[in-house]
Amino acid sequence: MGELAADKHVKYIISVEKKKDSFESVVMEHLRLNGAYWGLTTLDILGKLDAVDEEDVISWILKCQDESGGFAGNIGHDPHVLYTLSAVQVLALFDKVDILDADKVSNYIVGLQNEDGSFSGDIWGEVDTRFSYIAICCLSILQRLDKINVDKAVEYIVSCKNLDGGFGCTPGGESHSGQIFCCVGALAIAGALHHVDKDLLGWWLCERQVKSGGLNGRPEKLPDVVM
Amino acid sequence: MHGRPRKPLKPEDAAASAAKAEKLRVLQSQFLHNHHNHIYSKEAVELSTKLLETNPELYTAWNYRKLAVQHKLTENDSDPDSLKSILDEELRVVESALRQNFKSYGAWHHRKWILSKGHSSIDNELRLLDKFQKADSRNFHAWNYRRFVAASMNRSEEDELKYTEDMICNNFSNYSAWHNRSLLLSNLLKRKVEGFVSKEKVLPDEYEFVHQAIFTDPDDQSGWFYHLWLLDQTVRVDSPQLVSSWPTPGSDLILLGDRCLDGCASSPFTRFHLDSRTFPLVLYFNQAVEGVNSSTITVDSELNTNKDLVWKPLSSCNSKAAQVWVTQLNLPDGNTHSSKVFPVEDSSPISSLYQLSIKNDNELTDFEWRAATIAKEIDHFRELLSLINCKIGKLTLARLLMAHDAMMCPPANKISHSEEVLELYNDLMRLDPTHVQYYKDQHSLVLLQQVTSNWESLLSRCFHYSNSPSNRGSPMCLQLKNLSLSRLGSFDKLLWVQMLDLSHNELRSIEGLEALQLLSCLNLSNNILGSFTALEPIRQLKSLRALNISYNEIGAHSIDTTKYLCSSPLSHSVGSEWNHGQTVIDDDIKSYWEAYFILKGLNLTQFDIVGNAIVNEKFKSFLIKVLPGLKWLDGEQLH
Repeated sequence: MGELAADKHVKYIISVEKKKDSFESVVMEHLRLNGAYWGLTTLDILGKLDAVDEEDVISWILKCQDESGGFAGNIGHDPHVLYTLSAVQVLALFDKVDILDADKVSNYIVGLQNEDGSFSGDIWGEVDTRFSYIAICCLSILQRLDKINVDKAVEYIVSCKNLDGGFGCTPGGESHSGQIFCCVGALAIAGALHHVDKDLLGWWLCERQVKSGGLNGRPEKLPDVVM
Repeated sequence: MHGRPRKPLKPEDAAASAAKAEKLRVLQSQFLHNHHNHIYSKEAVELSTKLLETNPELYTAWNYRKLAVQHKLTENDSDPDSLKSILDEELRVVESALRQNFKSYGAWHHRKWILSKGHSSIDNELRLLDKFQKADSRNFHAWNYRRFVAASMNRSEEDELKYTEDMICNNFSNYSAWHNRSLLLSNLLKRKVEGFVSKEKVLPDEYEFVHQAIFTDPDDQSGWFYHLWLLDQTVRVDSPQLVSSWPTPGSDLILLGDRCLDGCASSPFTRFHLDSRTFPLVLYFNQAVEGVNSSTITVDSELNTNKDLVWKPLSSCNSKAAQVWVTQLNLPDGNTHSSKVFPVEDSSPISSLYQLSIKNDNELTDFEWRAATIAKEIDHFRELLSLINCKIGKLTLARLLMAHDAMMCPPANKISHSEEVLELYNDLMRLDPTHVQYYKDQHSLVLLQQVTSNWESLLSRCFHYSNSPSNRGSPMCLQLKNLSLSRLGSFDKLLWVQMLDLSHNELRSIEGLEALQLLSCLNLSNNILGSFTALEPIRQLKSLRALNISYNEIGAHSIDTTKYLCSSPLSHSVGSEWNHGQTVIDDDIKSYWEAYFILKGLNLTQFDIVGNAIVNEKFKSFLIKVLPGLKWLDGEQLH
């Protein structure tokens, strides 16, 4: 088995950061904050977080914050929980979460919890268990988890549990590894893992591994590194 | 997007790409300017159309369009034609965007939002969905949208069921369609809609339907998961059942004080050695239940009044539901030196469980069709396996045989399939080595079922633990060592056990062991327990005095895979024990919080931990602090 070419990965990430003017970069400009999280976490794992200018990154992130308290994918775009979590996570990487007004960010998220316990992604109301995970994860990093109705949030996630043991994005949604990660993660943080049928889901997840060794997201789909 | 190879750009392509990028940047800047300044002119909106048709992921543009629609609607309040054309245009843009990327969350959500304004017909939406089904029958966005449309436009579940049938007939490998089918059927059965009143009428056709898929292509997973669901529907009893309790009904419970009693004629199942003033009453259900208390359960006993009994659920988190419930009965004063015999009523001490809707009889309703269905399936799969050596066929057969055995319990005339099932799991370990651990676990469970299936088998494994440093005349020890057990089960058959030897197995977890409330001695040495959090069930074993976890792997792993299954100072469960602020967190607790958490409530007198990576002098002195009643550590007497 070969070794991980760590230096090449670092170089690639830095090059992507610098190439702000490529077509790909512009077309994905709206999710740059997510990209920052993926790239910087990788650098951190490889022990090379100092390859970027911390102050630069942080001041850019703060410019992405909206007056509602939430963060946008890039400067000038609308806020959404997806980018709010990435912002908090990146700041946590640099151990600078305390520069945020934690209450302000938390209030943005708290305001997005619906009566049935679910979370909307933003004020336009799209509901998805991904957002439940994001809310719970983000608030737990900010140490404000008690500001939401955790029991109701758990109840909603459990309502998305399927007959095959997996979880979907909304009640009745087909089980999908990505959604399962979000739901199980959220339940773990909330201390509610007893709702998971470990045997059933465990077996379903093992069956995601195909002959090539890769993992797919759902039965009879192709393996994907994302999974 | 997936499945596209990456190639470095040639110089002329790179220049063209840069020019394209610059153009796009200008448009996006202009768009953001319009958005921030609330400009909703025709040109401005068209700009957003242009952007979304090529890049549907530009989420801010969908938000902008919603604001533009709201703006136009307030201006054109009274004109229904104008309303229609505004919304029609939005639907057109969504469709156009979806053609570019039919997985765009933003596009689908925008369509839902427009529909909430009360426009479009169900036929229209179904037509659109058909198009997407043809392009990708597994597109979960489309399926979700379909469920949304069906619900909000009142399309019947029967019609939707027919649709899934069509999809499946078109292509058996459509897991999304099978999933939707199981969902619709569940709802129809639950609501007892006409034509779906009894499972007995509905399930046989489903079995036939899924057989077609499975026998056509046994390697395709879609049908198999549906079959598993059908099996569960056939076997499942929705209301909880009391599976077992201790003391055992119909026996004589003999409580022994601290005087030894050699050659006692009673069996180890009904003889209980006490060293305290209380003994437990244990209830074991087939699923987690809530609401066990002195008003839902009545215990007739000369030792306690019923209303004084406090029932506790044995759950690892603060869940109010548990499979195992326990209460304590107090001994009358001054009686610890003699033995006393308590006859346990045949109808069990529990006389009223009806408020919990628990059936105390072991007869399933509709027993016959369930049993007949399972028997038929067993025949089918035996036939399939005679033709092909197929992994999932073997697994299904194993599950069917186990389900069959479970239904036949308690047996008058039991033909157990355990040997055949063990053989199947051995085959599977060879056939599918990447999942060997799963098959091992299942093998362990079946083996334990076999071992605990009757009293003779259990008795043959009971021994006096004669070289223990405590008194002779101690209880019998059940030996389940050297069985390659990777997982534990059959706790309902083991509630009477006081001394248990599980050494020399392959246990990574002891989940469920908390049910054995009478345990005073537990030997887990020479297993592969990887952390203290894996010992979480021990916290609930209040009678435990001697624990042996020597020669395991505690401290040998950098990643604790059972961490989240155990409460911890890092978890955020409300009411967590760590929040009470009573503990002074010193350095030792910080270093060894898992050990502290597991051991602190226990009254151990004997502890063996040698042979674990975590053990050193510092850890041993920490142990002595946490276990003040400890008399023996790793075989050495403490002072």
